[in-house]
Amino acid sequence: MSQSMNQNEAIKQALSNHSRPKQASALSTCMTFSGRMLLKIKYVPEQLFDVTAFPVIYLLMFTYLFGGAIAGSTSAYLQFVLPGILVMTVVMITMYTGIELNNDIKKGVFDRFRTLPIWSPSVLIGALIVDVVRYSLASTIMLILGYALGFRADGGLLGILLGLATLLFFAFSISWIWTSLSLVMRSEKSLMAASMAILFPITFVSNVFVAPETMPSWLESFVNVNPISLLVDTVRGFMDGTPDYTALIWVVVVSVLLIAIFSPLTMYLYKKK
Amino acid sequence: MKEKNEDTWAIETTDLVKHFGDNRAVDGVNLKVKKGSIYGVLGPNGAGKTTAIRMLTTLLKPDAGTANVLGFDVIKDANQVKQRISLTGQFASLDEDLSGLENMVMIGRLLGFSRKEAKQRGMELLMAFGLQDAAKRQVKNYSGGMRRRLDIAASIIVSPEILFLDEPTTGLDPRSRNQVWDIIRLLVDAGTTVLLTTQYLDEADQLADRIAVIDHGEVIAEGTSSELKASVGSGKLHVRVLNPDMRDRAAEILKESIEADVHLASDPLVITAQVSDHSRVARALTALESAEITMTDFSLGQPSLDEVFLTLTGKPAEAENEVEEVEETA
Ligand SMILES: Nc1ncnc2c1ncn2[C@@H]1O[C@H](COP(=O)(O)OP(=O)(O)OP(=O)(O)O)[C@@H](O)[C@H]1O
Ligand SMILES: [Mg+2]
Repeated sequence: MSQSMNQNEAIKQALSNHSRPKQASALSTCMTFSGRMLLKIKYVPEQLFDVTAFPVIYLLMFTYLFGGAIAGSTSAYLQFVLPGILVMTVVMITMYTGIELNNDIKKGVFDRFRTLPIWSPSVLIGALIVDVVRYSLASTIMLILGYALGFRADGGLLGILLGLATLLFFAFSISWIWTSLSLVMRSEKSLMAASMAILFPITFVSNVFVAPETMPSWLESFVNVNPISLLVDTVRGFMDGTPDYTALIWVVVVSVLLIAIFSPLTMYLYKKK
Repeated sequence: MKEKNEDTWAIETTDLVKHFGDNRAVDGVNLKVKKGSIYGVLGPNGAGKTTAIRMLTTLLKPDAGTANVLGFDVIKDANQVKQRISLTGQFASLDEDLSGLENMVMIGRLLGFSRKEAKQRGMELLMAFGLQDAAKRQVKNYSGGMRRRLDIAASIIVSPEILFLDEPTTGLDPRSRNQVWDIIRLLVDAGTTVLLTTQYLDEADQLADRIAVIDHGEVIAEGTSSELKASVGSGKLHVRVLNPDMRDRAAEILKESIEADVHLASDPLVITAQVSDHSRVARALTALESAEITMTDFSLGQPSLDEVFLTLTGKPAEAENEVEEVEETA
């Protein structure tokens, strides 16, 4: 009995504290939401399986599967294919951003987020920031493995970093497509199918595995305007020490367009939900 | 001193409507909730309680009608509303993957506290709610009662002017339910207005200053709990005799002493009766005892939600789940 009396006193005490802090800044709420995603990784580190295993599997598989046939030797092929597989892997992994959100948003905690006086996009941006960290982890793992297998970047560390920066920016932009889709699609399965239907053609019908000159001309003309090809050209250019600025400009234009279209669309769908 | 409308009413809705296709989830609801009071919204499953709360907390846009919360329109001034309210949803509005403290710190940070302040405030509330030992445990491993308390704690990190509680005690055992009731009373003492939904008349009766009974999206009765109960009768008398042979005799005595119809339940030991006057119940007990009828139970139950509905609508509530009698054996 006396314990519950104390309890009531403690509750009264806690309730008497009427301090109301200044509204949190957009930056601070984004960081808090990033922190939330990092905590989730802390509890379930297996969430990192996609960003650790896929780079290893893809790089080994494609280098040794196609190397001999396409380039005559695996080491020559590795030199050609690594930037492409890097792009493909990271772009593929962006799909999980949507799947994660699709699961997350069904949870009750989103009702609380939505009733807090905060800048509402921050919950999505915070999650995307952590995703960019995940993409960096995937890239780093692939580059380390590539180096161990004999890949060398003539563009040096700077080339690698510039290539990565472009790739991560593009990955961030394309993620907004998945966040929009994830707010429209009701089940994880249909979302997965829709994402695959977009990702498979654009990553495979590109210059990731083979030079477009070897393709029939109708295919070549598609491959050359595929944003993934342009991204691969940019990353390859930076890493080989022969930067392709035309491709870079196109990648930036496409990325900015993606953000301009899909981030407002995502926010509209999020608020409407 | 003259008071303007927005000074008196914490919540005011006029002809609030939300339809989902053909489903009239909320169908013209008018509510007025006084500042500093506890307002109970009582209704069975699917009555439209959650839908109404979601509109009042800016989560859902009404199809028609207006809703003012502390003088602010829930659509036009959503942000003003959000700064003044908190919601404890029907299904825990917490991150199940995080620990109790991590949830508190996260929400504290989102409300503008520094990391250190958020942690301090979080610990203070966890301790006040008896959750300090579970502070570092993931919420998915909490019991229902702990989850509820944490959810309420998270809702008062910054004391809201209005707290919305959607079925705060559904699924809780009597002890946890009492804890939640205590917390709600303390909150109101501290100046918060509370709007809660419930399926239990008993809960609305215990807590709420005024009650709105809703069914199929419409308010079918509104008033203080005594007003509502007066319209229903005091409750149901439940008598259980030891020996089935004595039941008919007991029923006769009962009928005479309470001057109302008695009902022979399908259980051969049980008699029930609707009573409107408490003093007659005492008379009935004396009469049964002097007739030397041995009873194993003699209890007066609150009128159940079903009975309220029966009286108010002339038809039983369409809730799937049985609303149980609240009183235990005397
Ligand atoms: N998003 C939605 N889409 C379609 N129908 C909905 C939606 N939300 C609620 N409904 C319907 O509206 C009606 C009212 O639902 P609501 O959740 O408000 O009831 P409730 O009183 O909270 O019930 P409960 O006690 O079960 O929580 C129900 O018939 C429900 O099926
Ligand atoms: Mg509900």
